[in-house]
Amino acid sequence: MWKTVLRRILIMIPQLIILSILVFFLAKMMPGDPFSGLIGPNTDPKQLEALKRQAGLYDPVPVQYAHWLKNLFKGDLGISYIQHVPVTSLIADRAVNTFWLALITTIITYCVAIPLGVTAGRHQDEWQDQAVQIFNYITFAVPPFVFYILGIWLFGFTLGWFPISGSVSPNASGFFGTIGSQIYHIILPACLVALISTTSIVQYLRTGIVDNKVEDYVRTAHSKGVPDNVVFSKHILRNSLLPIASSFGSVIAGLLSGSMIVESVFSYPGMGKLFLDSIGQRDYSTLTALILIFGVLTLLGNLLSDIIMSIVDPRIRIK
Amino acid sequence: MEKQSDLLLDIQHLHTAYRLQGKFYDAADDINITLKRDEILSVVGESGCGKSTIAASIIGLYDHKNTKVTGDILYNELNLVGLNENLFNKIRGNKIGMIFQDPLASLNPLMRVGDQVAETLYYHTDMNEKERHARVIELFNQVGMPKPEETYAMYPFELSGGLRQRIVIAMAIACKPEVIIADEPTTALDVTIQAQILDLLEDIQKQSHSGIILITHDLGVVAETADQVAVMYAGQVVEKADVKTIFEHPLHPYTRSLLNSMPQSEDEEEDLHVIHGTVPSLKNMPREGDRFAARIPWIPASAHEKEPVMHEIDPGHWVRCTCWKTFHFEDDEASGE
Amino acid sequence: MAKEIIQVKNLKVHYPIRSGFWNRVTDYVRAVDDVSITINEGETYGLIGESGSGKSTTGKAIVGVEPITSGQIIYQGVNITTAKNRRKLNYNKDVQMIFQDSMSSLNPRKRIEDIIAEPIRNFENLTTDQERERVQELLDIVGMPSDSLYKYPHEFSGGQRQRIGVARAVATNPRLIVADEPTSALDLSVQAQVLNFMKHIQQQYDIAYLFISHDLGVVKHMSENLAIMHRGRLVEIGSRDDIYNHPMHIYTKRLLSAIPLVDVEHREENKKHRQEVEQEFQNDQSKWYDDKGRVYPLQQVSGKHWVALPKDELKQEEIKEKGRD
Repeated sequence: MWKTVLRRILIMIPQLIILSILVFFLAKMMPGDPFSGLIGPNTDPKQLEALKRQAGLYDPVPVQYAHWLKNLFKGDLGISYIQHVPVTSLIADRAVNTFWLALITTIITYCVAIPLGVTAGRHQDEWQDQAVQIFNYITFAVPPFVFYILGIWLFGFTLGWFPISGSVSPNASGFFGTIGSQIYHIILPACLVALISTTSIVQYLRTGIVDNKVEDYVRTAHSKGVPDNVVFSKHILRNSLLPIASSFGSVIAGLLSGSMIVESVFSYPGMGKLFLDSIGQRDYSTLTALILIFGVLTLLGNLLSDIIMSIVDPRIRIK
Repeated sequence: MEKQSDLLLDIQHLHTAYRLQGKFYDAADDINITLKRDEILSVVGESGCGKSTIAASIIGLYDHKNTKVTGDILYNELNLVGLNENLFNKIRGNKIGMIFQDPLASLNPLMRVGDQVAETLYYHTDMNEKERHARVIELFNQVGMPKPEETYAMYPFELSGGLRQRIVIAMAIACKPEVIIADEPTTALDVTIQAQILDLLEDIQKQSHSGIILITHDLGVVAETADQVAVMYAGQVVEKADVKTIFEHPLHPYTRSLLNSMPQSEDEEEDLHVIHGTVPSLKNMPREGDRFAARIPWIPASAHEKEPVMHEIDPGHWVRCTCWKTFHFEDDEASGE
Repeated sequence: MAKEIIQVKNLKVHYPIRSGFWNRVTDYVRAVDDVSITINEGETYGLIGESGSGKSTTGKAIVGVEPITSGQIIYQGVNITTAKNRRKLNYNKDVQMIFQDSMSSLNPRKRIEDIIAEPIRNFENLTTDQERERVQELLDIVGMPSDSLYKYPHEFSGGQRQRIGVARAVATNPRLIVADEPTSALDLSVQAQVLNFMKHIQQQYDIAYLFISHDLGVVKHMSENLAIMHRGRLVEIGSRDDIYNHPMHIYTKRLLSAIPLVDVEHREENKKHRQEVEQEFQNDQSKWYDDKGRVYPLQQVSGKHWVALPKDELKQEEIKEKGRD
């Protein structure tokens, strides 16, 4: 198994290199450079030229790439063209916020999706299944932002249960107070995102259970005199959870890099909102850095999925 | 006559009907068969004749919503028809073991094979984990597993077809059941493996004095292993006798036609015997008169009984309908379609 | 002496096995390893083997749907292992295939008319009327009612579908049909029907069959000459009489003894005999297989009878005598 995992990690290296080259050229093609926005009416063009030369902007492309890569390893993603602070520090705060949002969303997603999928699969074609299916159609068909706006309107304005923007209340004080306020801010957006991300998991699980139920080995288990509920939990459910477990990596990667809409609707200061803001402000250096991060996250998510798969599936584990 | 306790299964007037588009159709129609201790009863017939339906009815594994089972399946005076599921689970795997056709599909792909066998023991014995493990190893030895200890921790995909079927058999016999139902146990296997598995089944039967119901379409397998034979056609048993009688003095036209269509017949250059028409589907099965009549059209209607029943021609030799008396094969030149 | 229609010479189909950390090719699966057979015009040549013996791969290689590693397939004096040569000789028209699983080999969305007409459309230019007439004729040959034309595969039973498969294979007037387990999925009485049709068509149109099967009873009924395959290699080839009445290789004997016989009277003896042969097979592995577990090359024993005997000449004589007892 370790061989499989190690090989899988090695495969990631060329993927990362290709990603970095793509992002590098993307960055090169974007208008502007670190000195954009610094130019005032008094700036001496010659001095600017010299600065640019000094910064290596006229070096051959491979040298620039190597330089960029070296900085990357040092954690230097460049300077924001608009805010004039290092991109790394700009992203760092937001990343923490997005991480918490994604984590709580993931927990809620699985807590909702697994019971729903199990109910639907177990009571296939009965009213329970039909109810879950209707729920699924709705969450699948309605655009996410409609959900978010409805959620804000209902739980934020009308009922006033949750805050509708930001990541923490300015009045929060003390360690626990801050954490509490943060969680309080996260709950509503997390629940709403989870509602949508359950769709595919519910569907996978339901199909898995329905398919596994009629497999011969389930009949064998029954023929051994194993009680119904044990056949369900030990044979049917366990085998149906396999693809769910393996999709975990991509789900969490998707949540980390795909939170733009929810973050902007909730004005939640995370990476997604930063991404949209950077587009709006034409902050290309931040933008490319974020694209790089999202790309890496996706690769890591897939890696995680493959590793989980090789742990839970003996057919892959033993080789 | 046998002692009462030698009778393991007494199936009387069993009707098993499946729901198709809202209506129930009998797939097994008035089945009367018995299984005795120390006996291999073979139920033989072509696909769709209802032989597997009987197996499913005995062990109570069918879609309860779309299946209707009536009649009696008496196991030691206990009627299995309509038996409460909790009680049935105490019998399945414990008193009645089941072996299926496809050994790969019948095993859980994600569970160690040893654990799958031990699972049976968990529900029917009060052995602890260690004892169960020891018993599984003992069973693996009994079914001729080459490396029992190593095999315990393996997964089905790591084993060959023959070894997988040995696992399935070990599972079925783990609790020393009195009745073993084997539904096409060798159909998915190579012929050399088939021979070994059949030998194994016979050995197990001799050692444990159990009764085996062997469901198969293969007349060769029947001839080599069965003691008693029930030939089925279109949901009914058409002939019942000991194995020698079936193969040496078959009476029912269907039995005779089937034996005749085997390519093992002596004359290799001759055409094989073909039975007219096709096996009727469940929905189109003739429900009145002799169901086989349509396939031997040259036999006059008067030769058939109106409501064909089983007649005991010789002690223990039962044949449905009276048409066997006048039955003859159609002229050779017209045997094709 | 009948004229040969196809000659397979030293056919090899090897698949690489990748393993180790770098997934490099470490060995090969010798699915078909040095197989040579000759099929005569209008005859049925049986190819017998258990699952994994390479018999189906051999069939597919002959039809040209399986890339071969090395070897020659000679048809009309030309090696047709290249697609170019196959086209030149109209090989794909002359050699057709019948599959085991008629359900998955017939396109479920096409009507029977189109299924049977497909090979005709590929190779001949017929008007719609001529084509329909030809399809009708083919349906007649396999004994299917003419209203089958407009039905779909799922509306037929397994035996009927297999007959449609035969009709499709016959459509181009082929000279050789490779039949891969054509009746394995069928019931006994239906099998008889299909086998009879195959024989009738053969006599009528002088078609040769390569009949691939695991069922020794069926092959005995169908073929004059046959080959036994094991672990990708030929174990024994010969006439029906050679193989069934004078088998020499232990594997052939084992295979023959394992067929369940409809002989209730002697079943105990048969069983004992079978177990003795099995014992011999287990004990004499080193004698009949080389140190890699591979079958030895074939050696001629008599006329058509070739057996994969151990190299040792002396032993060969011994066995020869034993086989002729």
